[in-house]
Amino acid sequence: MMANSQTLTPSMKRQRRAGMRRYALYALLIGVGLVAPFVAYPVFLMKVLCFALFACAFNLLLGYAGLLSFGHAAFLSTGGYVTGYLLSSYPGITPELGILAGTLAGLVLGGVFGVLSIRRQGIYFAMVTLALAQLMFFVYVQAPFTGGEDGLHGVPRGDLFGVISLNSNLSMYYFVFAVFLIGFAVIQRAVHSPFGQVLKAIRENEPRAVSLGYNVDAYKLVAFIISAGLAALAGSTKTIVFQLASLTDASWHMSGEVILMTLLGGVGTLFGPALGAGLVVSLQHLLSQSPLGNWVSVVLGIIFVVCVLAFRSGIVGEINKMVRKNFK
Amino acid sequence: MTFIRKTLTSSIAIAATTLMASGAQADMSDNEVRIGYLADMSGSYRDLAGPGGLEALKMAIEDFGGSVNGVPIEVFSADDRNSADVGASTVREWLDERNVDMVSGLVASSVSLAALKVVEEKNGLAIVSGSAASSITNEHCAPTHIHWVYDTYPMANATAKAVVEQGGDSWFLLTADYAFGHAMEKDVTEVVEESGGTIVDSVRHPFPTNDFSSYILQAQGSGAKVVGLANAGADTVNAINTASQFGLVQSGQQLAGLIVFLNDIYAMGLDATQGLLLTTGWYWNMDDESREWAERYYERMGSMPGMVHAGIYSSTTHYLNTVAELGSDDPVAVRKAMAENPINDFFARNGRIREDGRMVHDMYLVKVKSPEESTHDWDLYEVLSTIPAEEAFRPLSESECKLVNN
Repeated sequence: MMANSQTLTPSMKRQRRAGMRRYALYALLIGVGLVAPFVAYPVFLMKVLCFALFACAFNLLLGYAGLLSFGHAAFLSTGGYVTGYLLSSYPGITPELGILAGTLAGLVLGGVFGVLSIRRQGIYFAMVTLALAQLMFFVYVQAPFTGGEDGLHGVPRGDLFGVISLNSNLSMYYFVFAVFLIGFAVIQRAVHSPFGQVLKAIRENEPRAVSLGYNVDAYKLVAFIISAGLAALAGSTKTIVFQLASLTDASWHMSGEVILMTLLGGVGTLFGPALGAGLVVSLQHLLSQSPLGNWVSVVLGIIFVVCVLAFRSGIVGEINKMVRKNFK
Repeated sequence: MTFIRKTLTSSIAIAATTLMASGAQADMSDNEVRIGYLADMSGSYRDLAGPGGLEALKMAIEDFGGSVNGVPIEVFSADDRNSADVGASTVREWLDERNVDMVSGLVASSVSLAALKVVEEKNGLAIVSGSAASSITNEHCAPTHIHWVYDTYPMANATAKAVVEQGGDSWFLLTADYAFGHAMEKDVTEVVEESGGTIVDSVRHPFPTNDFSSYILQAQGSGAKVVGLANAGADTVNAINTASQFGLVQSGQQLAGLIVFLNDIYAMGLDATQGLLLTTGWYWNMDDESREWAERYYERMGSMPGMVHAGIYSSTTHYLNTVAELGSDDPVAVRKAMAENPINDFFARNGRIREDGRMVHDMYLVKVKSPEESTHDWDLYEVLSTIPAEEAFRPLSESECKLVNN
């Protein structure tokens, strides 16, 4: 160990310092997350966290593997419906089992979608995922267990591990916060692992990655499945928070909204999508109860246009650029 | 004897509560009566309730004097964007953080059902005015909400029955292919067959559909006298427009819209909709009292009110009257007291709130006028007959509601 630290090159030191800074930032954000429910309305925060996880999952695919999926609503809703159905029809099931089942369903669906869609790139990939998601939408409109148009209501929040009642908003919040942290940690690990490096290589130059001997399709498929599973995890958690699963989550608008969140916050950055989700959800929340209520879509549209025209790498992306330029 | 005793005890109870309440104003939570208005303010149901409903709510409060027993009335409003998530979380916040005493509006059925579950859980009070789903007071009934204006039962059944009675005994059904459409198809089929008619054929279209031409051609080819539209919203509008382009009515068939509203007819125009039979809970031009209110509304909004707007005014007024009488805005007590008084105003005739939460009142069978019959822009309906309150809605004997003893 001693010998190691003596032979550190300056670049390794810099990296180590950057790593320390990153962990300090994580600690700070976790601190903020722990205090937040005493400052803001917990249910609103839970909504932000669920969408933040959803956007982060989506970003794993778009930001790191360069695959623009236009069908992520399918995973969000699948997680939601499976969890909702299990919890409301089998009262013995505890919420964490329900969430696990929902996530598992998302992983399986992600596998199926992935195998079918990763053979194509760019716009074709987006269209294949959109088509598959529309198929799922149709299934959820028709299937008897989803309640169709009316949705699935009155899902019990239940007792976590059969012990802790989630009916209080505060305990529910900390549970959602923990779920978010787990999901975020998975993404963080994936991105900063050799696996993540290969994904980035594929994003930058796929033929070169192939020529280096990587099984590109397998890497993409795994990324797709992880992303789908985490999106389903977000959907499952959201269903327990709001005690309902509805077609809103399955419609293609939701797939579009997650793209907006990710681009706004900063595609290919770890915190960007979470920030973007927070912004979009807060804006919707604030605008819907203001006299500007009718203009939510217009305001979001304008923000999107400004974002794409003026700061294409998103809020966090721009900040990163600035930091790199000025504080090297 | 029991009846007299019951009335006596209940009036004594009311008198006692009133006395106690007038003694201490503290029964009004937060010293304010807070009403939350949740509706689609920007999407496809905007014209059905939307900003007009909020205006009707404000009119009711102004006409009431702006305060109840000296306590001010505050209104919150929010756009649910037809999303159950948004609706349910807004209502949850209202009840958790702002102590809203009554939730009004509630349009898209999915949003309403989600919001009503929250209201039930938190022991609040909601008055549904915009939703069609009859399940709100059937399998989803709860002691915490009231369904005020209409539901699919009278809309579908009364229209179907009336059409068969007028000679339209062979039907072609155009059904939206999801739970709502299927339920309506079943109801209509039963009514038509009971009344002596037959369903010649039916076709299901995906939800939502833009191009109805192949379905309308099938309907024309079926030889049925009546084409029933077991769908709603944009689907109904598209189907009627397509039928009009294909000259369905001109070629001798009749259209029966099951869930159609005044604003739909206004938007499509009389050329496309003339002769359409439908059921409505209220029509602005049906008598002097209604006209008087409708004209005041028109001055403020620039359009004539539909039954949902009038229903919001009527329900808010009844709510405020009850709160004033009771001297308390406690949701459970108010809900109970509201059911004790009959409702008779410009909107509701012979109205009363049943134990399942359904406000039953007279409904009307109307026919859309032809362009020649209509004297001005909003002169759209001819009222054919009144459906008495007790016949219009799903009878309690068929109810699956947990609050009804069958």
